[in-house]
Amino acid sequence: MLQAFADFVTFKLFKLLPSSRLGTALDFFINDTLKIFIMLAVIIFLVSLIRSFFSPERTRKILSQKKEFVGNVLAALLGIVTPFCSCSAVPVFIGFVEAGVPLGVTFSFLISSPMVNEVALVMLWGMFGWRIAAIYIATGVIVAIVGGVIIGRLKLEHLVEEYVYDIKMGESELAAMTWRERVDYAWSYVVDILKRVWLYVIIGIAIGGFMHGYAPANFLVKYAGPGSWYAVPLVVAIGVPLYSNAAGIIPIVNVLFEKGMALGTVLAFMMSVTALSLPEMIILRKVLKPKLIGIFVGILTVTILFVGYLFNWIMH
Amino acid sequence: MKVKILGSGCSNCAKLEKVVRQAIDDLGIVADVEKVQDVAGIISYGVMSTPALVIDEQVKLVGKVPNRVRMVEILKEALPQ
Repeated sequence: MLQAFADFVTFKLFKLLPSSRLGTALDFFINDTLKIFIMLAVIIFLVSLIRSFFSPERTRKILSQKKEFVGNVLAALLGIVTPFCSCSAVPVFIGFVEAGVPLGVTFSFLISSPMVNEVALVMLWGMFGWRIAAIYIATGVIVAIVGGVIIGRLKLEHLVEEYVYDIKMGESELAAMTWRERVDYAWSYVVDILKRVWLYVIIGIAIGGFMHGYAPANFLVKYAGPGSWYAVPLVVAIGVPLYSNAAGIIPIVNVLFEKGMALGTVLAFMMSVTALSLPEMIILRKVLKPKLIGIFVGILTVTILFVGYLFNWIMH
Repeated sequence: MKVKILGSGCSNCAKLEKVVRQAIDDLGIVADVEKVQDVAGIISYGVMSTPALVIDEQVKLVGKVPNRVRMVEILKEALPQ
């Protein structure tokens, strides 16, 4: 139906030829934009409904009695469904520490939460299909578990700012939400996200559509194919300053993939965009000493590089 | 009535403050609006997701911004009988 609409606008309304480059590019652009916006609205609504049953406060309670490993696995999974924005990273971190959640388990949560986010999920699903979206989620959860376990084993509690251990958390009981409140919450979240990402989505798909129509097929195989040793670290470095722009990046990455970029390189790029973010490190500096931030970034970078090379090696 | 807005300068915290002030005007009541921005203060209310709304030392909302109509309802419920 979307394809029919895109065809109608491109070929009937604008009278472009289906064989022309501009025609294919515009057709592709209209179809993808509509598809992504519909998916964003529907999936984010559903994800937010699920999330209304979880809260950082509740996740804290669940994790407080957990030990290493089981705790890391739970934290990585709860990171997906717990509503969390990096602006709350400091209170969440302190709350977890205060509840006796082990440091490594807290990090599993802090890694998984931004990495496996709903916008990245929708964009990957819409542009790459559900298989690659599922691979991304599973790999993201594993990276969060491994990263957290390593940080836990290193015994770095002394690298947390001392004042954190002095803060006492209060208790508060909130009435459970009614279904109407849940629906309102989910809907307002959809509007919020769409307002934030719509422009990036359109720009990303427009650039993607342009490249799809104009760039020669397979031109990236040589530089970013599975045999390229430098592509993985290069995309990880490029991904760091692109924080929170999964919405605009994924359509472009999709075309890079189509033109020959290897799957491992794609996954490493996405993870670096979502998980390695400068603003979040600056926020976490309030509770972590610089050395611990360095170790955190180092472990994440190495794990992401490993994911990239591993998948490139499997697919080669 | 004492209203506190918990949150350290996120964009939603500013939104919540605006809605609270509008709702107070709509009801024509007198209320103190105070911002709690330090983490220790926020956490002491048992809250981790910001912004949060506290009325007369009772946590009413955590991690979300209601619309103006809903905010008026919340304030009305909290008014002393």
